[in-house]
Formats: sequence, structure tokens, C-alpha cells
Amino acid sequence: MIRSELIQKIADDNPHLYQRDVERIVNTIFEEITNAMARGDRVELRGFGAFSVKKRDARVGRNPRTGESVEVEEKHVPFFKTGKLLRDRLNGK
Amino acid sequence: MSEKTLTRMDLSEAVFREVGLSRNESAELVESVLGHISDALVEGEQVKISSFGTFSVRGKAARIGRNPKTGEEVPIQPRRVLTFRPSHLMKDRVAAGNKS
Repeated sequence: MIRSELIQKIADDNPHLYQRDVERIVNTIFEEITNAMARGDRVELRGFGAFSVKKRDARVGRNPRTGESVEVEEKHVPFFKTGKLLRDRLNGK
Repeated sequence: MSEKTLTRMDLSEAVFREVGLSRNESAELVESVLGHISDALVEGEQVKISSFGTFSVRGKAARIGRNPKTGEEVPIQPRRVLTFRPSHLMKDRVAAGNKS
């Protein structure tokens, strides 16, 4: 399923809404999650999962092509942990 | 870092502000979006949200695990796990926003 198919499903469920409003609704949700993580916040959606930001320490990496050492700066990466309910549903519980 | 925790309420508040719907209906729509994503994943489908990321379901084989406390061996059944791969855009925005 891709973004446009998700929008279509929501639109089918809600015939009283304009398609463009459904698009705005879906886009707002994902935008809000990304914005929260860009601020360093967590987004906890019980039953579904939690989005958080993890810190990766600076390290000395290696250019795999040349074998040369390179300094990799500390950075922050997005992380998702599946919620219990969804994890159980994936396994037919 | 501010380290606040947002919930469904914050997402429905954002929908409420963005589109002229009631708070109740905004909350229902947030739930419906999460529900459709979950249903697709449970069906084994991949969910690919452009400029956000990709949720995919992977099968894990059975293995012998160990209780870390007692050292006892325990069989772990084959199971399905969900992985989320953030898009480049999300990675860039999260990295830029949290730069010290």
C-alpha cells in the first residue's frame, strides 16, 4: 500500500469529505510525526507503535571502496518500535 | 532536545487545526489511518509512505533463545516482525533538527 492508496481508503470510508481534505488530513498526520522527531520529541501511538529519536555516537568509519578511515560525526536517527497490540496481531493473536 | 511525548491527541489536534472538522471526527480519522496501515501490515503487505518511510513485515525463523537471567534455553517460535525504514527526507530532517 502506498500513500495514495491509503488516502483512497480513507476517502472511501468518508464519502462526505472532499478528496483534497482527506489528502490534507493524511499528510498532516505524517508531517506532524516527522516534525516532532525533528524537534527531538517522541510520538507514542498505543497499540500501533512509538516513533523516537536515537543518538548515534561519533565513530571512525571506513570508506568501503578505498579502505580509508573517515571521521563520522555524532548524529540522530529516527527509530520505530512496534506496539504490543500490532505485534500480537501480526502473529495471529 | 525538548523530549516531549506526543500522542494520538496531538495528532488529532493537528488535523483539527488543519481541516475544519470537529475534534471528535479528527480523532476518528487519525484512528482510521492507523487502522488501515495496521490492517495492510497484518495482511503481509508493505506500506510505503513517500517522504515518510516504509513499514514492512519480515518473517523470523524459529531459534533457540536463552533466558538472560537464568541461562536456561528456551525455544523461540517462528514469528513475524515489523520494521520501519525511514525515508531519506525524514532521516535528513531528524538529523538536521537534532544537531548539537
